[in-house]
Amino acid sequence: MSVKIKDMPDIDYVLPGSAACAGCPSAIALRIVGKALGENAIMVMTPSCAVASIGLLPKSCYSIPVLNICFASAGASGGGLTLALDALYEKGRLQGEKPTVFTWIGDGGTYDIGLQGISAAAERNDDFIHFCYNNEAYSNTGVQRSGATPLHAVTTTTPLGKEVARKNVPLLMLEHRIPYMATASLAYPLDLYRKVEKAKSVKGFKYIEILSPCSPGWKFAASDTVELSKRAVKSGSWLLWEAEYGKLTLNNPTRLLAEGKTQPIPVEEYLKDQGRYARLLKHPQKEEYLAAIEAEIRRELTFMADRAKL
Amino acid sequence: MKRILDTGNAACALAVKAAKVDMVAAYPITPQTSVAEKLAAYIAEGEMDAKYLPVESEHSVMSAVSAAAAAGARTFTATSSQGLLYMHEILHYAAGGRLSLVMANVNRAICAPWCLYVDHQDAVSQRDTGWIQLFAATTQEIYDSVILAYKVTEEINIPVMVNYDGFLLSHSMMPFEIVDQEIIDGFLPPFSPAWRLHPQWGGTFGNVTPSDQYPPYRNSLAADIVKAGEIIEKNAREYQRLTGHWHGGLFDIYRPEGAEVFLLSMGSMAAEMELAVDILREEGVPAAGLRLRVFRPFPARELCRILPGGARLLVFDRNHAFGTGSGALLSEAKAALFDRKDVIKVTGQVMGLGGEDLPAAYLVQKAREMMGVLK
Repeated sequence: MSVKIKDMPDIDYVLPGSAACAGCPSAIALRIVGKALGENAIMVMTPSCAVASIGLLPKSCYSIPVLNICFASAGASGGGLTLALDALYEKGRLQGEKPTVFTWIGDGGTYDIGLQGISAAAERNDDFIHFCYNNEAYSNTGVQRSGATPLHAVTTTTPLGKEVARKNVPLLMLEHRIPYMATASLAYPLDLYRKVEKAKSVKGFKYIEILSPCSPGWKFAASDTVELSKRAVKSGSWLLWEAEYGKLTLNNPTRLLAEGKTQPIPVEEYLKDQGRYARLLKHPQKEEYLAAIEAEIRRELTFMADRAKL
Repeated sequence: MKRILDTGNAACALAVKAAKVDMVAAYPITPQTSVAEKLAAYIAEGEMDAKYLPVESEHSVMSAVSAAAAAGARTFTATSSQGLLYMHEILHYAAGGRLSLVMANVNRAICAPWCLYVDHQDAVSQRDTGWIQLFAATTQEIYDSVILAYKVTEEINIPVMVNYDGFLLSHSMMPFEIVDQEIIDGFLPPFSPAWRLHPQWGGTFGNVTPSDQYPPYRNSLAADIVKAGEIIEKNAREYQRLTGHWHGGLFDIYRPEGAEVFLLSMGSMAAEMELAVDILREEGVPAAGLRLRVFRPFPARELCRILPGGARLLVFDRNHAFGTGSGALLSEAKAALFDRKDVIKVTGQVMGLGGEDLPAAYLVQKAREMMGVLK
């Protein structure tokens, strides 16, 4: 049974006064996540936009305890914290219900510098939720390319457009066969809410990655974060799915695309309002490049449809 | 109390068990490995009521225990050499965050080139991370220092590194006494910090800090670690009262009576130095051994107090302070004695790197060379 937005709790992790940019996908996502996780939670952060927007000490825009630790530390700090809580609750030195531990980490801290620690936490099955809010670049430091930056996207360190494709960390996590993982989109908040609730109810390591269109990074109007999120999913550029112990389920609208029951919107619809693709869209070989991107989308949809049968 | 014969690593693991830690995280590196193995076995067999986190790197070790300590758990880890270097970033975080942590560092040379044997370059390289650094010279001192380290770190919220020499101490069997559990429980009650990273306490940890608020945090750490010397000595006295075990205060002085020539070193070479002092005394040299037990905070005041006017200080460094032409102990000693440079002569040499053998006769020869320099 699905939850309606009006039924979501009033809890808000992000308080007024956040230093986040207008239209920030991290703030939008964290508000939904907070409603699903509730007040008994501890958040671990590593350097990212979500830390930069927390506000200077002694102020914090987050309503729950936060550990702001170093860039490569997410997996180990999440794992150490949750195991320490287990020890303290079992010994009776803390009373009541153990808080939900979650990490709130960007793509830099997930795909690049933190990948080793996150993979290890997944393999150990540490009891916390790792969230990756993936804005496909190091937006916090001024939009440098990351391992999550897609092909052709211009960043400050790929001024001519990125020459290589992004890596697929959700697939890597799928093959860690963790108890629960999901991808999510800001355009489908009820789907995100349901997935976070599910992750909270499962013991062990959980991974949720949320595509996070970044207005200053991707160069689109701040009012269009959710619209861009929707086009990413409808074009098949971002796929919605979840998995338990490696058993994959595609979620709509991705499932309908993968089963060929609906057709993806042209990828240009997704790319055209993003300044980071302006070079691509003016390139003499534009049609060839777009055709290649759409072929890759079809390949991935086919792959995931077949993978879901395993 | 029970007297047993075992290795330095075994003594370390037994002390950690006696300290009733809540969580151990470790990553294997020679010569630390048997500490982690023994603790994993104690926990798996139910001899120790704790959790074991088998992390995938030392950077992750320190990230894990730091987060655990923020939640108020008593934690332990052990490492050596490259592992300690790999922790460097989080060593700073832990000290800056005023987390109560204890780590054993089984001293080993660092690369390049690779070498498995002892020197103190690993620990000395972490000098300015804000950690307290103890150096042990016997198996008994390893055991007692680990217990003491928990008492100290939980009193002043500064992490403590217990150093002992790889192989020479970690793998050598020596007799030592295990303290009765009730005595340790009395000395070291369960960790109960004033604040925990937990919704019941609230608050955040390690926020971004503006320039006008940043300095007080760093300056208070700098001031408090200097005070740690007194706290170490006070608790060592209390431990002595309960157990009879005493290894010295900030220094362990050997044959101080009438001494004019002081041989300063730390770790196991300082134990060998006692034989060197005996040989020198037989030759008529008024020598004394000065074993440094606390490298950080460096006990400058105590050094000044110990050395009489006219003393000669010979410094034996098992590390290089690159760019100074000598080792870290010599630099520290010279800085400490600057105001007494008219009455105390100081020199030093670097030796014993990568496990180079330092028998007493060799130390005597080096002492003679250094006395020649000071003539």
